[in-house]
Amino acid sequence: MRSWITAALTAGLVCGLAGAAAAQTKTRLTIYTALENDQLAPFKRSIETKVPEAEVVWVRDSTGVITARFMAEKDNPRADMVLGLAASSLLVFDKAGLLEDYKPAGVDQLKDTFRPTKGPHTWTGMDAFLGVVCFNTAEAAKDKIAAPGSWADLTKPEFRGKVVMPHPASSGTGYLMVAGWLQSMGEEKGWAFMDGLHANIASYLHSGSAPCVQAARGERVAGLALDMRGASEKSKGAPIDVILPKEGVGWEEEAFGIVKGTKNLALAKKVADWGATREANELYSKTYAIVAYPGVENTPPNYPAGAEKAMIKNDLGWMAENRERVLAEWSKRYEAKAAPKN
Amino acid sequence: MAEAVAGGAILTGAAPHPRRMSLSEAAVARLLILLLVALLLGIIALPLASLLSKSVEDGSGAFVGLRNFATYFSTPTLVASLFNSVAVAALATAIVVPLAFTYAYALTRSRMRLKGLFYAAALLPVFAPSLLAAISLTYIFGNQGFLRGALFGNSIYGPIGIVIAEILYALPHALVINVAALALADGRLYEAAEALGTRPARVFRTVTLPGARYGLISSAFVVFTLVVTDFGIPKVIGGQFNVLATDAYKQVVGQQNFPMGAVVGIVLLAPAILAFLVERTVQRRQVALLSARAVPLEPKRRPLADSLLTVFCGLVAGTVIGTYGVAVWASFITYWPYNLTPTLANYDFERFEPSGWDPYWTSLKMAALTALLGTGLVFTGAYLIEKTKQFGAGRFFAQFLAMLPMAVPGLVIGLGYVFFFNAPSNPLNWLYGTLAILVINSVAHFYTVAHMTATTALKNLDGEFEAVSASLKIPFWVTFARVTVPISMPAILDIAVYLFVNGMTTVSAVIFLYGAETKLASVAIVHMDEAGTTSAAAAMASAIVLTAIGAKLAQLGLSRFVFARLQRWRVR
Repeated sequence: MRSWITAALTAGLVCGLAGAAAAQTKTRLTIYTALENDQLAPFKRSIETKVPEAEVVWVRDSTGVITARFMAEKDNPRADMVLGLAASSLLVFDKAGLLEDYKPAGVDQLKDTFRPTKGPHTWTGMDAFLGVVCFNTAEAAKDKIAAPGSWADLTKPEFRGKVVMPHPASSGTGYLMVAGWLQSMGEEKGWAFMDGLHANIASYLHSGSAPCVQAARGERVAGLALDMRGASEKSKGAPIDVILPKEGVGWEEEAFGIVKGTKNLALAKKVADWGATREANELYSKTYAIVAYPGVENTPPNYPAGAEKAMIKNDLGWMAENRERVLAEWSKRYEAKAAPKN
Repeated sequence: MAEAVAGGAILTGAAPHPRRMSLSEAAVARLLILLLVALLLGIIALPLASLLSKSVEDGSGAFVGLRNFATYFSTPTLVASLFNSVAVAALATAIVVPLAFTYAYALTRSRMRLKGLFYAAALLPVFAPSLLAAISLTYIFGNQGFLRGALFGNSIYGPIGIVIAEILYALPHALVINVAALALADGRLYEAAEALGTRPARVFRTVTLPGARYGLISSAFVVFTLVVTDFGIPKVIGGQFNVLATDAYKQVVGQQNFPMGAVVGIVLLAPAILAFLVERTVQRRQVALLSARAVPLEPKRRPLADSLLTVFCGLVAGTVIGTYGVAVWASFITYWPYNLTPTLANYDFERFEPSGWDPYWTSLKMAALTALLGTGLVFTGAYLIEKTKQFGAGRFFAQFLAMLPMAVPGLVIGLGYVFFFNAPSNPLNWLYGTLAILVINSVAHFYTVAHMTATTALKNLDGEFEAVSASLKIPFWVTFARVTVPISMPAILDIAVYLFVNGMTTVSAVIFLYGAETKLASVAIVHMDEAGTTSAAAAMASAIVLTAIGAKLAQLGLSRFVFARLQRWRVR
């Protein structure tokens, strides 16, 4: 018995030392990310398998916080890479000249929308996320409300005070929806639709996933939010349907890029190469239905079918250029009359 | 480190041969004040300045004068936000201060039983991350809440929710200050009043209230500024109701527009500067309550008043415990409101958070260091400002710096720290990303209330102690170590616990500062809530609450021990 314990302890010690020795040859690579918590471990494992000399160290927060933090640190960047962050944020970084120009191996075979069409290659797309409707069927049944098949349905009077969406000035998800409506319906019709929707909105929330969480908890009947949040709330047991309105949905994508001036450039390039592989894209597709690599298809549990077809023709450049103008107009229309409803 | 130096000076000074000092006492005082000012500049003023100076720059850093202010003040939503902020803060203050005063009165001036428990119960909100109150309130009054009928068809998402949550959040802060103000009183005044046959109401009006005036006014400003600058509660439960702090959040986190965020930050400073000026005016009229000849007041048994106060405290404490109890209960629920099966799964943090329980231990370490270093700095600083007579300008400036942090939203302090400590030219930039920066930031962030507690306790001590020491040629640091610190032990422990629990729960500033290895439990809670795992967030928050309550109980035990040893002289 005792010798068995000794043997186990010795084995443990040896393994521990070996592990420590292995860890010493590794270089720490700090990656800023807005990936979900449960994605971090598998991503780290996959990267470190492909690039064994790297030890991935995540700094993770919500898109807004991590973007603000990165911009605040821009005179002395602490990150080696950003990965799993909204492409619009990477465009902001790029504009400030903070990203390294590097074209990962095999990037040309990715779908067109997932890489820069012109100029230096500073970012690479990973997967697309969509602005969808989380519709609480249990609460809707109580109020006899039919499921909204289209955006226009959400402007009907039975939804008065029962809809929440992210505030476009606080949340990238809110802005991608507003930008989506303006691009797909045209500016005039887009604003007219939002005027109607505003009459039904109970509240504009300061987070991209909170509206779906509120719908899932039965606080609201409909929450306009991220596709992935809808799928995961449903998997946890919420009585919700994730609906893609028939006019099509606005979207954005997650992307990665190398921080200019990183001390670990060679290593970061290897991780960037990993990011464009089929293998990495298969990992992305565990959470998101639409990924950059052609032919990688997987519908995560409870994810709505037909998502790729529902995506509108979206111009990320247009979104970036018109952001200030659109937000100012939005604020003028809907924030000035701040009278709180339900 | 500098407080270690200050502490060292006190310890060596306490050695029995003070007269052979090469520096004169006045020079030491001046030097220490200078050190204090330098330290406060480094941890408060410079980081703030490095963010607030962005208000006169455009996005690329070019100087644009007051253009950002012009843009901001011509925005139609500003007036609404400003009005909303002031209205909510005024209402919350009007409710909290009388509540806190009455509660503090019951704790210090009655013969109510279970005072320690009542005190701990009212401090519960400060033990809990503010998100927990918001979670509770939605479970109680939300559209699926079991008491939603109590709002008569009004929604919890909006001003009602903000005010309720802010009252809970601000109550302990006001209570701590009022307890400090009421804890020390000269029993002789009450004996004289009694001997003259004064009616109790008149005693209250002419003896008790004037003595507590400083605490009352301080707490009113603390509550007002806390509410004005808090964005956590309005963000979660404010609905359509815009306030200044959420405006700052939209600018900084929503749009990375630091110049405009800085503009809002400067607007928010206005109440703090007002508070500082009023505080100075009131202070000039404040008379020390506890003269060297004072006899501590021992409350007499007053059956009617004691039972009324017990009922009052029971109601307040019951409301507080009930509210937070709901959140703790929620942490054992599978999926609210559709699957109410009890479960322990939410405490298995590995399922929701890659680092499992690690953030909890990091928080514990960070909070303990904050309490240790912070208490030493704050109390020594307050003593230098209150009790030394040298270098008036330095003391005035230090007092001003100490009052600043409360008026600044955590968001602004946090970003200021990024700009200041991450600058390539800052020799201290190796601190960035370490646990040390989190500790320094938390000390700075919570400086004001701790400082006010220390000041309130010190003001109630007669200057005669110093005068007698001076005539006996005993330097002030000996008086400080041998007299002031022992007498003030209850307030010092209060400060330590206050800093500890705030270190455990703080989010808004540290969210920009934590590094890969120094993620805090409070930040993990926000992440879990964002990920929709509300029950797990409530679970981690409950773990924090339990820890903070443990710290408070330890303080009660220690306080009893300290009281027994060091305060015995007070009792006749």
